[in-house]
Amino acid sequence: MSDEALRRLPVGSVGHKPFGWWGMLTVVMTEGSLFAYLLFTYYYFVVQYGRIWIPEAPSLRLAGPNTVILLLSSAFVWWAEKSAARGKTKAQSLGLAIALLLGVVFLAIQVLEWRDKPFTLGSGSYGSAYFITTGFHMAHVVVGALMLAAVLLWSLLGYFDRERHAALSIAALYWHFVDLIWLTIFFTFYVTPYIG
Amino acid sequence: MAVADSDRSLELQQSGAPARERLARIWEGEAGLRGWLSTVDHKEYGKRYIATAFIFLILGGLEALVMRVQLAGPNKTLLTPEQYNQLFSMHGLTMIFLYAQPVLSGFSVYLFPLLLGARDMAFPRLNAFSYWIYLFSGLFIYAGFVLGYGPNDGWFNYPPYASMRYNPGPNMDFYAIGMILFGVSSTAGAANFVVTFLRARAPGMSINRVPILTWGTVTASFGILFSVPAVSLAFFLLWTDRQFGTDFFNSGQGQPLLWQHLFWIFAHPWVYVVVLPAMGIVSDALPIFCRRPLVGYTVVVLATVATMVMGFGVWLHHMFATGIPYLALSFFSAASFVITIPSAVAVFAWIATIWTGRPVLSTAFLFFAGFIVMFTLGGVSGVMTAAAPADQQLTDTYFVVAHIHYVLIGINVLAVMGGLYVWFPKMTGRLLDERLGRWNFWTVFLGFNIAFLPMHWTGLAGMPRRIYTYPEGLGWTAVNVVTTIGAFILAAGVLLLLVNMYVSRRHGAAAGPDPWGGPTLEWATTSPPPTYNFAVIPAVASRHPLWEGSLDESGERSSLQRGMILDDGKEMLTTTALDAEPDAIQKMPPDTLAPLLAALAATALGAAALLHAWIGATIFTLLLFAALLVWLWPQRAMGQISEQAHV
Ligand code: HEM
Ligand SMILES: [Cu+2]
Repeated sequence: MSDEALRRLPVGSVGHKPFGWWGMLTVVMTEGSLFAYLLFTYYYFVVQYGRIWIPEAPSLRLAGPNTVILLLSSAFVWWAEKSAARGKTKAQSLGLAIALLLGVVFLAIQVLEWRDKPFTLGSGSYGSAYFITTGFHMAHVVVGALMLAAVLLWSLLGYFDRERHAALSIAALYWHFVDLIWLTIFFTFYVTPYIG
Repeated sequence: MAVADSDRSLELQQSGAPARERLARIWEGEAGLRGWLSTVDHKEYGKRYIATAFIFLILGGLEALVMRVQLAGPNKTLLTPEQYNQLFSMHGLTMIFLYAQPVLSGFSVYLFPLLLGARDMAFPRLNAFSYWIYLFSGLFIYAGFVLGYGPNDGWFNYPPYASMRYNPGPNMDFYAIGMILFGVSSTAGAANFVVTFLRARAPGMSINRVPILTWGTVTASFGILFSVPAVSLAFFLLWTDRQFGTDFFNSGQGQPLLWQHLFWIFAHPWVYVVVLPAMGIVSDALPIFCRRPLVGYTVVVLATVATMVMGFGVWLHHMFATGIPYLALSFFSAASFVITIPSAVAVFAWIATIWTGRPVLSTAFLFFAGFIVMFTLGGVSGVMTAAAPADQQLTDTYFVVAHIHYVLIGINVLAVMGGLYVWFPKMTGRLLDERLGRWNFWTVFLGFNIAFLPMHWTGLAGMPRRIYTYPEGLGWTAVNVVTTIGAFILAAGVLLLLVNMYVSRRHGAAAGPDPWGGPTLEWATTSPPPTYNFAVIPAVASRHPLWEGSLDESGERSSLQRGMILDDGKEMLTTTALDAEPDAIQKMPPDTLAPLLAALAATALGAAALLHAWIGATIFTLLLFAALLVWLWPQRAMGQISEQAHV
């Protein structure tokens, strides 16, 4: 360990070293599995019942733009984290605020989409699968938005600098994950009925 | 002084009395009730996990004894059919969920940091949280049982019997919500093990020098992370089916078999979750009593991981009788044969270790030897049920009940009991009594085999499982009497262990730091260890830091007395995932009530959902978020805040 002794170790939550960052990776793993099982449920029904199980050709009118909105929010979160690493605290707060706003818009549009549907939670297994799956995802967006809100608050309080912004990185990881999950849901419910 | 204003050099120091005093002041929590509720010391929670799991073992055991009295003769009327249904369901779920996994978590929570040369788990508060919510989930399910609404459809709970139409009481809702809470507990625990394993090992403890127990636990933890969502989801969907008219598992437009898929995708890996850490206990402790290192460390590690990975591909063998396609049947049957190979590898490694070692016939050794025998027998009956044609005959008979118990009691309970003889001295500073220990072992071992060996025959003779009674003249009476007698002998054996622990805790011989001459780091510190575990962070140079002298391994020696002291507040070292090179110094959280409050809020939320009390549910959700916000608020003292911030 002699040459080791020359090295210096950072103290506290610096960069991606803190336990919390790794903890969030495990959250991503287990929550990713949760959605895999939800989608498994969907495909299981499709295999059992065939195409007729899907009551309507799902419309992309709202879901399409909404997907773009969510992806955009990820981009702003990414920008916020980059800004944090460069010590640009204003851009960091701004990026978080915009991302949070876009997240809320996504939720609002989802509610509209829900109201448009000709089926309900209780009108057969397709409706159940649709509302439960998208509902689970919305719950995750809500949690992600709360995280962004907390991180924004801490950002405005000046808690973060270019080294110490672990909470921001961790929330960002979660947010990207939630967006990625939306893509799989979007693909499953909105795209697969049109292919094959 | 800014806590974390600058990087720190890796200064190595000699451990000494002043350092110990300083560390004790930093790490020790409050005394009294508040301290008891707010502590985040992993050793506390390890012991609590084990104690709580044992209480559930006793409850589950009592339920089993009542069933055995009912079954001791034909046409008995001690229990009504409904009571019997609730008893076998409660017994099964208590043993599988509330005993078998938490007891192993207890060992791992206690031992992980000690084995890895760390001061605590990566997330001490999460550790507290997962204990509390485990306790509350158990109480939740038992509350239903006490109110007369215990689950009554077996631990695997198949719809349509579990759906509203055929099971209108709240029994299933207690079970469903309780299991979701339990899932939160096991998931939180698993995340903690994974991160601790990857990031908190002593410097030098590269990935090929880690004790097997931690390999077993971390492998099981990955299994939990990937499999528990399946069952939590299944229970959630069952609950919405029952309460909100969704249509997942109903026999109309839903699919009852979907439940079986989701359940077994979880529950087969779960079987490995409740045995791999136990196998780890044996792999680490058996060599101590053979006075030699485990034969085939690398092979055993690979077998452990391989078992878990393959464990995700065999769930269908629980559904052989459901009319699934022939091809699937053959594939899953074959896969189930293949999965026995890694287990066999482990068995051979243990046998070779005994064979080439100089065995010391202590009580712990007896338990481990018994474990190997039972493991083999349980494996054989398992292979028999893995053969699809044989399973068509054996499924839902007592043969399966015999198999479950050989596996679960053999691989879990015996390993746990042996493990207690090994580490109870570490936890309490007192040895368990060896004479009583022998009585303990032989009563358990004989009682167990008297109870369950004949049960294979009961099953072959056609007696179905889960029946509350049976008529005369089917040739089942004699075996059932024998089984009941065996069950009571087994129960007496468990009682002997409890007596031994109770008496030895006060009057046992003093253990000293290393009563068995063990090889791994936990034996390098006092018994019981100080709150901070190690005065200096040990630097590890081999798999057996404490045996380096006697094994005569050439090369570097581990350094246990000289190392980093890290006494500038509650501090822990993080190391890189593969090579365990020092990477950063982490600040650890102080004692706090937040985990307990969060667990209480989550449980209350579950109760409100059960009652459809939506205002209450909203309030408890808000409380839960508040507790989490307090918990996660960045702390200057933990180096989570910019040094320039004016707060
Ligand atoms: C004193 C020791 C024990 C006795 C006498 C005992 C006895 C029984 C009995 C009578 C049944 C019900 C059979 C039926 O009607 O189908 C049963 C089922 C079961 N037992 Fe045990 N048992 C013991 C310990 C354990 C342990 C330690 C475990 C697990 C760690 C366990 C796991 C199970 C499971 C999973 C079932 C299946 C429940 C179901 O059918 O849903 N048992 N046991
Ligand atoms: Cu299985």
